[in-house]
Formats: sequence, structure tokens, C-alpha cells
Amino acid sequence: MSTVEVRDLRKSFDGRVHAIDGVDLLTGEGEYLVLLGPSGCGKTTLLRTIAGLEQPTSGDVLIGGQIVTGLPPRARRIAMVFQSYALYPHKTVQANIVFPLRAEGVPPGEREEKARTAAEMLGIGHLLGRKPRQLSGGERQRVALARALVRDPTVFLLDEPLSNLDAKLRTSARDELKRFQQDIAATTIYVTHDQSEAMGLGDRIAVMSAGRVRQIGAPVEIYDDPADTFVATFIGSPPMNLVPHGEVLVGFRPEHLLPVENVSGERVTATLEVQRMEYLSGDRHVYGTVDLGDGPCRVIARLPATVETPIAVGERHDFAVPGARLRFFDAASGLRTEPVRLGA
Amino acid sequence: MARSAPPAEAAATTREQRPVDLRRRGIADRDGVLSWLLLTPAVVYILALVGVPFVLAVAFSFSDVTGGDPSFDWVGLRNFERVFADPIFWRSLRNTFLFTAVSMLFIVIFGKVLANILIADFRGRWIVRFCVLLPWTTPVALSTITWLWLLDSVFSPIDWVLRQVGLIQSNMFWLGQPNLAMISVIAVHVWRLVPLAAVIMMAGLLSIPKDVQEQAAVDGAGYWRRMFEVTIPLTAPVIAISALFGAIFTFTDMTVVYVLTRGGPTNETQVLASWAFFKGIEGSDVAQGAAIALFLFPLLLAAAIAILRAVRRMEVS
Repeated sequence: MSTVEVRDLRKSFDGRVHAIDGVDLLTGEGEYLVLLGPSGCGKTTLLRTIAGLEQPTSGDVLIGGQIVTGLPPRARRIAMVFQSYALYPHKTVQANIVFPLRAEGVPPGEREEKARTAAEMLGIGHLLGRKPRQLSGGERQRVALARALVRDPTVFLLDEPLSNLDAKLRTSARDELKRFQQDIAATTIYVTHDQSEAMGLGDRIAVMSAGRVRQIGAPVEIYDDPADTFVATFIGSPPMNLVPHGEVLVGFRPEHLLPVENVSGERVTATLEVQRMEYLSGDRHVYGTVDLGDGPCRVIARLPATVETPIAVGERHDFAVPGARLRFFDAASGLRTEPVRLGA
Repeated sequence: MARSAPPAEAAATTREQRPVDLRRRGIADRDGVLSWLLLTPAVVYILALVGVPFVLAVAFSFSDVTGGDPSFDWVGLRNFERVFADPIFWRSLRNTFLFTAVSMLFIVIFGKVLANILIADFRGRWIVRFCVLLPWTTPVALSTITWLWLLDSVFSPIDWVLRQVGLIQSNMFWLGQPNLAMISVIAVHVWRLVPLAAVIMMAGLLSIPKDVQEQAAVDGAGYWRRMFEVTIPLTAPVIAISALFGAIFTFTDMTVVYVLTRGGPTNETQVLASWAFFKGIEGSDVAQGAAIALFLFPLLLAAAIAILRAVRRMEVS
């Protein structure tokens, strides 16, 4: 087990496109760190640079405290699972799993033993004689994990390993992946663009955008205390509402915007002009506009099933947000800023 | 929950009602007609230039047709008996196998090496690519004549270089000595076919998913292990197919032999194709030439079937 550290890492393609634009990261021992961001934010490039598949333009990668920047992938003692699983199509499951061990020169008896243990652990012991094309998506994923596992790697790198599975399988595979990581307790870096995967799996999440890490923290921290408007609107579905008020943007989560009678204590009220409603998984999503003095602004309220206040499209209704739930961002830079007193 | 019904009807009524145009079905929409229309030229072409000559060759091989007497008289298997009794036929057959096997071995090896160079990313690679493809773009008669000069018994620049370096004392007579002549013929043929093989194999290499190559690198495999355990198995079908075409081409080809040695010295480089040509066309014994040429057919058919079946068994998804 060891940590992964990245120091002021930069990677540009053709000297112009900055895929990674100055990233600093340090994982804990055995930590599950998720790199989360939209397509093209540089998260996969960062993972590939840690793996040694890409050479950084500048900066360093450290594994277990040692600089590995110039080393080829095979010298880094890492295991990686690709989005496509990248199984060797011409080899059986057994041959796929023992491939890294053969490359290491492990004697035949020992590698058969390790392959069997890994396959049993992932419940694919009965598939060892098959070829990859005879397997389902979920089975392929397990073969890829088993192949990563047999090497006793110090670090696991996973590149969107769930994105090729159907929605139902993805939920159970996510659960298994979490238990799997807890069992082997290796430092894991997991790349995804799916925030529910990130929230569910990560000990910490690094939210990336345009080659930079916008915020790094525990899921609850990322969700409740976003560092800037990008994180605020990227995390959460529907995203955080941002309403302009003078020099600042006032942010609040849709589930905290409730009909006024449901909010007690210190609160900020506003009149919501209801334009549209959706009924999703028992919640009511209310779309409308509010005005905090700078003109009307579109917001979304998410009303749980327990809130039974009747609301109709076209009506105006008083809503409120608990004062403690308000977040403030600088309108120009988008960064978090000091709370401002709101009139009313 | 209070939800209002969507007012969608208004939009629909404003759109103009347009009738279906029944006449708009051209020849391009009629698959049955179109397929025949497109296939016919190819079928006619193959029948006229492959089918008819093939049937004629079979007919001639059972006749006594010659250049001087084209009348058709059935002679049964006499041509084949005479061919089999001829020691030059057996030498040509042996040479054909030797020529094909050795050429293909080197063509596949050099083709693979060159394909790797072609896909590699390095400074000035366009000039390397250009040089690699050059032999293929030169007309074969022209390039073979160039080789004829390069291998000349008196003026050979190759000999001159070897003499200057001190490796040889006197000229080699590349095309005049039995073994050297065969080596020369094979070398020129390899030189000629390697670019094509390299381009085909390059296409095969580019079709390997990048993920799989990178996975092998992460899994700890070095260059040679990746080459022999990932790259070559995954390109094996492409290599097999290109080797099949190369082998059939080499087996039936006589250009290099004809231009360089004319089968000499004393039939040491004679192959079946050139021997059939010398007998049937230059020697005017059309019937015997046809019999020799036909001997290639069952061999090639067997080879083609064997390789295609082998490729199908190599299940690579």
C-alpha cells in the first residue's frame, strides 16, 4: 500500500491544448479518491499520467514517496482497469489473469494459484476457460478487476469502469467495487463523470474542470460547501440555484427551497412564480423564477413527498431557505465569499 | 398533483398537409435491380479474362495444339505424361516451392518490421515512409532492369563496393552461378513485395485497440512480450491473408525470373510459370505449356482453402 502524489503537474498537447494545467494532489494510504469532472476536463489524462502512459510536460508524479515521472508503466507497480476493460481477446480468462504474473516471472504453480484465488474472490472461477467475447459486460469487468488484483499492486487506477454496464448492473457493480476496494485496502484512484458514482464510492472527491482541480474534499463537503460556482452547479441534480444579488451570487440547493410554512427559524423568503412542475421518484421538482432585487432568476425547488403544500403552475407562492443553507459566491470570479445580509 | 394538459393541437393544424409522392422511387432505391446492375461488369470481366482462358487452358492441355498447327486433336493425358517425364519440370517445381517459401518468409518478416517503422512516430518519418513505398510504385520491369544492372557480371556496383571494402577479390557473377542466381531472384522479389506487405500489416497493426496495447504495458509486459503475445496474435489473421495473397502471387509470378535470368543458368532458377511460358509461348508447344500451367491450379486451390480455414479458426473478436 502506498500513496500517490502529483506535484504541479502540467500536460499540454502540441504546446497549445492544456489538458492538465497545474494539478497538485496527495492521496492518503488506502484512500479511495475519485476524479470527477465533465468530458474533456483532463481527468483521464491525469490518470494516464499517473499510470505512466503519458509523460507530463512538467511536474512530478510520486508513488509511495518516490518520484516515478520518467519510469515506464511496468516499473510503477500499479494496476489499471480501462473503460473498455481491454481484455486480451485471443486469450482465455485464465490466460488474461495470469498475463501480468508471467510478465513478472512468477513460477507457473504460484501464478495458477493466485489466478484461482482472484477469480474466486470475484465469482468468476467457473469462467476461466472462456474467451472474453463469450462473457457479458459484468463478467468482463470482473475479469479486468481480477487481472488487476493478482499483481498485489500498490495503487489501483480505474478509468470509468462502470460506464459500459447497463443502469441496473451499474448499481450492483458499484456496490461490489466499493467492498472490493475495502477488502484489498489499496490506494485507489477512480475516474468518472458520473456524480452519483463519485458520491457513492469516494472517500474524497477531486472535482476537475479545464485541467485544474476546483475542489478536493469528502462528498458531503463538496456537496454542502462547494468552493466555486462550477462545483456548485456540477454537483447535485438538479444543480444548486444561483441567484444574483448585487456583487454576489446567492446559492442554495433545490431541496432547501421549500414553501414558507415548512421552514422554521432564521430564514430568507422569496416569492416563487411557478412555471412548470415535474414529478420524479416521489419528489416534486418545481421550476419557476424568484427576484432578490436584481430581476427575475430561474430556480428549481425540490419538494420531498413529505411536503404536501398544494402548488399549481401559474401561481405565485411564498418560498423560504434556512439562513444556514445559503452559500455566497463572488459574481465576478465565481469563488466562495463572505456571507452578505439579505434584506427581507 | 396539479398538472395542466399540454396544448399541442394548435401547432399540428398550422402545418401544411403534403401528400406522399409515389413517383419518387428511382433505380437507386430498387436493391434487386441495382445489385445486378453493379455486379454485371465484374462478372463479365471475370468470365472473359479468367473463365474463358481457364477453360481454354484445360482444353489445350488434352490436345496437340502448337503454334504451327492450331487444329484441335484430342490426345488424352499424353501432354501430362511428357511433362512428368521431363527433369526440367521437376526442377521448376522444386524451384517454385523454394522461391515461394523463402520469399514469403522474408517478406513477412521484413513487412512486419517495416510496418512497425511505418506506424512509429518520429521526426522525419515521412521520408522513411516515402522510401519504403518507393519499390512498390516503380514499374516492375523498370526496377528489375535496374537490378539487372546492379547484379551485372562486370559492372555490378554491389561487387564494386564489396571489392573496395575488401570482402571479395573478384566479381561474384550474381546471375551466372546457380545458388547466387536463386538468391538474387529471391532478393529482388522480396524487395519488390515487402512494401505492399508492410502497408497491409500496418493496417492490421492500426486496427489493434490502443487500450489493449496500453493494458499490456501497465501489466508489466516489455516490448518483446507485447510483440509476441499481443501484437502478433491480434494481427495473425491479417498476416495470414496477406501471406496467402503473397504466396499465390509469388507462385504464379515469372516477371523477376524472366527479366533477370530467363530461368538460367541452365534452368537453375526456372519456376513453373516461366517454364510454362518458355514451353508454350516461346517454344510454341501450347498444349504442353497449358499442361504445365494447369499443374499450379490444384496446388494453389488447396493452399487457398487451407489458409482461409485456418484464418476462420483463429477466432479473434
